[in-house]
Amino acid sequence: MNVIYVLWLRQLKRYFRSKTRIIGSLGQPLLFLVALGFGLGPIFRKAGEGNYINFLVPGVIAMGIIFTALFSGIEVIWDRQFGFLKETLVAPVSRFKIMLGRTLGGATIASLQGLIILFLSFFVGFKPQNIFLLPLALFFIFLISLLFTALGTAIASVLEDMQGFQLIMNFLIMPLFFLSGALFPLDGLPKTFKIIIAINPLSYGVDGLRHTLINVSHFGLFTDLLVLSSITIAILIIGSYLFSKSRPKN
Amino acid sequence: MENLQARNSNIIEVFGLTKKFGDFVAVDNISFTVGRGEIFAFLGPNGAGKTTSIRMMTTLLAPSKGAILLNGINPWENQDAARKSFGIVFQDPSLDEELTTYENMEFHGILYRIPKEVRKKRMEELLRIVELWDRKNSLVKTFSGGMKRRLEIARGLLHHPKILFLDEPTLGLDPQTRNHIWTYIKNLNKTEQITIFFTTHYMEEAENVARQVAIIDHGKIIAQATPSKLMAKTRTKTLEKAFLKLTGDTIREETANAIDNLRLQRRIHNR
Repeated sequence: MNVIYVLWLRQLKRYFRSKTRIIGSLGQPLLFLVALGFGLGPIFRKAGEGNYINFLVPGVIAMGIIFTALFSGIEVIWDRQFGFLKETLVAPVSRFKIMLGRTLGGATIASLQGLIILFLSFFVGFKPQNIFLLPLALFFIFLISLLFTALGTAIASVLEDMQGFQLIMNFLIMPLFFLSGALFPLDGLPKTFKIIIAINPLSYGVDGLRHTLINVSHFGLFTDLLVLSSITIAILIIGSYLFSKSRPKN
Repeated sequence: MENLQARNSNIIEVFGLTKKFGDFVAVDNISFTVGRGEIFAFLGPNGAGKTTSIRMMTTLLAPSKGAILLNGINPWENQDAARKSFGIVFQDPSLDEELTTYENMEFHGILYRIPKEVRKKRMEELLRIVELWDRKNSLVKTFSGGMKRRLEIARGLLHHPKILFLDEPTLGLDPQTRNHIWTYIKNLNKTEQITIFFTTHYMEEAENVARQVAIIDHGKIIAQATPSKLMAKTRTKTLEKAFLKLTGDTIREETANAIDNLRLQRRIHNR
């Protein structure tokens, strides 16, 4: 059996064994979906934009993904000091494989969270526009997961302890989510605001999901795919470089 | 090659090893050798440079200067070969608590590319030695501190290492468990001819177990001999008294660093 596979498998085993964590991390996205979906639905319809729940589902999926993905990346800090990862650092295995195995594991878990949210959204009346585009939607889910797990790992490789974690929550995850167009349409926004959204990689993930799930797109499918995959590759490279430089403290 | 290594009686050789962090010299030009099959205690007050030395010997930290040979291999030239030749039990636990005993062992075996048949046999053998075989399907998070330590020792030996590094293996354990753990280690040293390199703050452990002792203080090795010779030289009756005589009795002030913060945060997070 392969080293990458073992590290991936380990993450999945951990995931399926902590039911409370699965449920816990679904709470916030579902609250957003129900509270905003039903709360702002009537206004959205009056403004002539159609069904807000349908509009919101891709955004809420993206939300569930980035929370899980970034957190699983940042967990490397624990893992390097008190976890199995420390063990792997003295094993005859390259750092790149360790990083890759762990990132793929984290990304798979984040994708599963995204899929669960997609599935649950059917119960509040969500319907995908085109079933044939679903595989592409799943690809977007995985791409977003991979990007943000790798980003989390890259950040964790630089941080010494969990002190900086709250800072990241407030100054990275929240802005990434709120400034991605997850909650509102991008047409007719002020120009500066639009630029900020255009430099947020998550915007392309949300847009790609929206295109594949409800056939509404701002940037266009090709741009979404191109931007998202090139940023993912770049961050994977940066992340594995930073990870290979980082060392456990003791 | 095998013959050459077998004739060389020193399994660990360290020459002029130095580590600087900025202006601070954590390990200052230390040299020592450890004989094959020896039980070697590396002692020193907090912040003396013990863990830094172990990290350099186990490929986790690059030395600023000096050379290391583990089983005849330079760990900074041939990292993977060196890594295969030692097992390690870290000061902080490094088990995956969400996995079972068996899974923790098996993952280690796969990382070290031990063939399946060998792996299975060796796992059973080692888990029986540390008396965890009947708990092989239990999640590690249900274990006591002593059981976790035993499992880490068994795991560290899975790939038939020549050297086992133990960084404070008995920290925080009750005397019964400590006693048990040393019994396993002494047995393994005998039956597998494995060299043991350990650090501890319990001087009576070092006195009872170690055949050679090196004392490091302020990054320098200030004494190396058998426990009885150290006691004779300092005209003391116990190794603890000899240690205090050599290192002085002032308390070492160690400022809290990132790792201490992390330990604290983890204790809070884990209820």
